Amino acid sequence: MDDKTRLDLYRVMVLSRTFEEAVLREYHADKKPAFDIGAGLVPGEMHLSAGQEPVAAGVCAHLRDDDAVTATHRPHHIAIAHGIDLDLMAAEIFGRETGLGRGRGGHMHLFDPRTHFSCSGIVAEGLPPAVGHAFAFKRAGGDRVAVAFTGEGAANQGAFHESLNLAALWQLPVVFVIEDNEWAISVAREASTAIGSNADRAAAYGIPGQRLEDNDVDAVYTAAGDAVARARAGEGPSLIEVHTVRLWGHFEGDAQGYRPDLAEVTGRDPITAYEARLSAAGILDDAAIRQVRSEAAARVEKAIGFAKSSPLPAPDTALEYVFAS
Amino acid sequence: MSVTESATIPAEPAVRRLTTARAMVEGIAQEMDRDPGIVVLGEDVAKYGGIFSSTTGLLDRFGPQRVLDTPISETAFVGLGIGAAVEGMRPIVELMFVDFFGVCMDQIYNHMAKIHYESGGNVKVPMVLMTAVGGGYSDAEQHSQCLWGTFAHLPGMKVVVPSNPADAKGLMISAIRDDNPVVYMFHKGVMGLPWMAKNPRSVMAVPAEPYETPIGKAAVAREGRDATVVTLSLSVHHALDVAEQMATEDGAELEVIDLRSLVPLDRETVLASVAKTGHLLVVDEDYRSFGLSGEIAATVAETDPGLLRVPLRRVAVPDVPIPYARSLEQAVLPVPGRIRAAARELIGA
Repeated sequence: MDDKTRLDLYRVMVLSRTFEEAVLREYHADKKPAFDIGAGLVPGEMHLSAGQEPVAAGVCAHLRDDDAVTATHRPHHIAIAHGIDLDLMAAEIFGRETGLGRGRGGHMHLFDPRTHFSCSGIVAEGLPPAVGHAFAFKRAGGDRVAVAFTGEGAANQGAFHESLNLAALWQLPVVFVIEDNEWAISVAREASTAIGSNADRAAAYGIPGQRLEDNDVDAVYTAAGDAVARARAGEGPSLIEVHTVRLWGHFEGDAQGYRPDLAEVTGRDPITAYEARLSAAGILDDAAIRQVRSEAAARVEKAIGFAKSSPLPAPDTALEYVFAS
Repeated sequence: MSVTESATIPAEPAVRRLTTARAMVEGIAQEMDRDPGIVVLGEDVAKYGGIFSSTTGLLDRFGPQRVLDTPISETAFVGLGIGAAVEGMRPIVELMFVDFFGVCMDQIYNHMAKIHYESGGNVKVPMVLMTAVGGGYSDAEQHSQCLWGTFAHLPGMKVVVPSNPADAKGLMISAIRDDNPVVYMFHKGVMGLPWMAKNPRSVMAVPAEPYETPIGKAAVAREGRDATVVTLSLSVHHALDVAEQMATEDGAELEVIDLRSLVPLDRETVLASVAKTGHLLVVDEDYRSFGLSGEIAATVAETDPGLLRVPLRRVAVPDVPIPYARSLEQAVLPVPGRIRAAARELIGA
């Protein structure tokens, strides 16, 4: 991996974290003193991705705008890594008419035709459509691929297994990526999953499976590079599981009383670790870190500003877009 | 030469008669000729040709790249259809029996039906989900339901239900060309299958050229002055049989409305007919409560309850699962005897 690639991965991760920190700030700003999930400029459930940036950055670095990505109820880092427009995403999160879905979808239902990005709030159910994107790409010829992100909790769903089987059966250009953040809301993976590595499940479908034990963007980048290249070459699907970390709650408002590792979890921040590594390698220094962070902050604040200054959808348009005319 | 023209139905020079199944297949084949983005996939749709002959001959004609047998993985292949449709293809996905929706409904109602809305109109899902519905041949609780009311209840899908060959072809072509997801529900009893009892109305003259039957327009299948029978699918056949019988034996003229689609629902045609006859009977092979028959009743009540000179009647499946034994199944389905009894009661015959 060259220095520029690593610096780019770092930038994407910082941009994503900066975005999440801004959403966190805005989300809670008008829910005080008593937390009311339906109150404020950003109402509803909010699933933030801090800690999981290496997975999104390492995988999406290999993708083009014309490759499809399906993500989960925790989609922001993946959307950002795939190059979604921050203004439009922020506006959607704020439920504005200028948002990706004109405020109809919200943060779990982001659709961006430009980057063939979508996500679903239903666990594992983003996988079958990803197989469909890949089916269309294969039929069209060319080398486009689809990547389906999901969580370790999803690997116990039927949709997961059906999708892997069908993609393998038809040798479709799709990469399945499991973000194992150890927690399916409050249920630990040991309490839900019969085997230690979901990558082993790839063998059941005759496709390559790899589990990365470290939440390391360089390792993700390398593994995803192989999987994406394989898909582009027409050699079929792959499965990658990354042992990552959920630094914050399942959703905002989650006190995480079920979690024994709360005290040490901040010490597992992958961005801090990557900064140290790149600094040791002479790729980053304090000035460069400040610059990357300040550029990210400026970009994110512009997006938040765009969202906040955009109009809310007019109530009398609530019935629009049920059907295409 | 189309696949349907090579059928065993004798071709007549002037009027070409097709079964509903063959008319459906002809519509699909003509669209596949026109648009290479159309693929057909589902369980047993290729070599078998569809358990209810909805895809007979398509594999031979279009090959395995466009007509694909899937694993028994409805969630995966319905979802595949969604992803492919989002990318601009026009997949026709068959769910073998509508009763199987339970294993894949999330893809149908949370994804296929909602993506256009969630995306603020930026993402279209132009796919057809075709599925076999209905009972009458002792297939019991898990293979005999209609369930169209369930799909129509959930926003974002059009729901079409042809009753005869000509509509089956035209509605299929319209469904394929529609930019929305369309659930196309064909009753096994209207397909004209050689291995199932069938009404003569399941075979009729069908124009050879491609044509669209508009989605959302009911048909007046029979005009009459005395009572309106609002119905759909196989029950249209029964209602027409009853209407002919009552014209002769009771001197009563029933008007039979074939809804043809539930979403959109052609409320105007229903209201116009009820305004004329003042009598309404709804015949629905779906479950009685919380469904189509209640929706039709509400349509009249919300518009002008005064249109009804007497209280309306409903003949539907009482709220029980469809039983196996013929004696029990015939007791709960909207068979001609039940329709006639209700119609006679309605008009005081």
